[in-house]
Amino acid sequence: MRYKDYYQVMGVARDASQDEIKRAYRKLARKYHPDVSKEKDAEEKFKELQEAHEVLKDPEKRAAYDQLGADWRQGQDFRPPPDWGKGFEHSRGSGGAAPGEFSDFFSELFGQRSPFGGARGAGRASRGFSAAGQDHVARVEIDLEDAYRGGTRTIDLRSPEMTADGHVVVKPRTLRVSIPAGVTDGQQIRLAGQGSSGIGGGPAGDLFLEVMIRPHRLFKAEGRDVTLTLPVAPWEAALGETVAVPTLGGSVDMKLPAGARAGQKLRLRGRGLPGQPPGDQFVLLKIVLPPDSPRSRELFEQMQREVPFDPRAELGQ
Amino acid sequence: MNSIDRILEGQMLDETAWFEIGEFCAYLHVDRHWVVELVDAGVIEPRGPAPEAWSFPASALVRARATARLVNDLGVNLAGVALILDLIEERRQLERRLDELERLLER
Repeated sequence: MRYKDYYQVMGVARDASQDEIKRAYRKLARKYHPDVSKEKDAEEKFKELQEAHEVLKDPEKRAAYDQLGADWRQGQDFRPPPDWGKGFEHSRGSGGAAPGEFSDFFSELFGQRSPFGGARGAGRASRGFSAAGQDHVARVEIDLEDAYRGGTRTIDLRSPEMTADGHVVVKPRTLRVSIPAGVTDGQQIRLAGQGSSGIGGGPAGDLFLEVMIRPHRLFKAEGRDVTLTLPVAPWEAALGETVAVPTLGGSVDMKLPAGARAGQKLRLRGRGLPGQPPGDQFVLLKIVLPPDSPRSRELFEQMQREVPFDPRAELGQ
Repeated sequence: MNSIDRILEGQMLDETAWFEIGEFCAYLHVDRHWVVELVDAGVIEPRGPAPEAWSFPASALVRARATARLVNDLGVNLAGVALILDLIEERRQLERRLDELERLLER
């Protein structure tokens, strides 16, 4: 197993006071809490922090940890001394956080089967919580096309597992999950029993997948509705032509109303993400001019001469 | 555990998924008292006149879960949690708008 430098994790000196440790924990917890943090590896960092805090906040555990000496380096190969924990008088059950979340190093030195082990799960659980396994939340990024069609997705997770001899190891785990068609951005999918195993026979937690839809090149999704900005030629808008419009389900023909305006929003009912009811596709018209050429210039000049039109009449200038 | 060959089917927690209070508590492994506290603090909003008739949308499940973590891990009280969750939601919306605007500028 690898040595964990808890002081380094918490960014405090080895002789830091308990108050300094508490302050460092509060500060880092705000920075890395997975519900709040924007840091990339927030979840990992937060677990490390909780583990370090679990040891350093408890004077007994901290004293035992300090006895290992100051010469160990973070990540160094480590075996606990044979007399580990001897001579320490400690209150059983002072521990808190679910041991399943922590490293081998922690579980060997301070876990359930260590001299520091005892009643577990009491500290972490807030009022009303039992010792069920922890629920996990994982993010899964999908393309809008996948949200439209549905499909399966492979998800890599790192989950703590209890070995037969009571140790906890973090194992990579791969799940294949069916993503239902019509899933929207920010929506959660619950996978019952796929969280952490329960403590002391408690039920396993659930895994909640939070779906994030990647920004799409053409479509902007809002809930089940999608919006597409459609470039049209001035004459297509003026004459009300039928144009091909890309949708998530493929191209469809849409008849523009004659005299369509730039910025006008047309609706293709039910062409958004599927569901009960399905979303709509909105088509936002954008009028674009043809590339400059002698012929187009000639035609515009003809319109200039022959079509009386003041586009700024309403501005009253 | 799971082999990669098995495809897991999950439960979609969309806007059509509502949970009676008993069901809601069972999902979260919490007692009713705690749920009432969450409602009183404005963390989640029920539908229905009295606690025994309350039901909650799936989004409340997500907020309640985050509440448990924030209370345990950061020592925030429930009023603080309500504020944090609202700000997170606001930040998310702003990020989305920023993202859209950036993409418009790229064109």
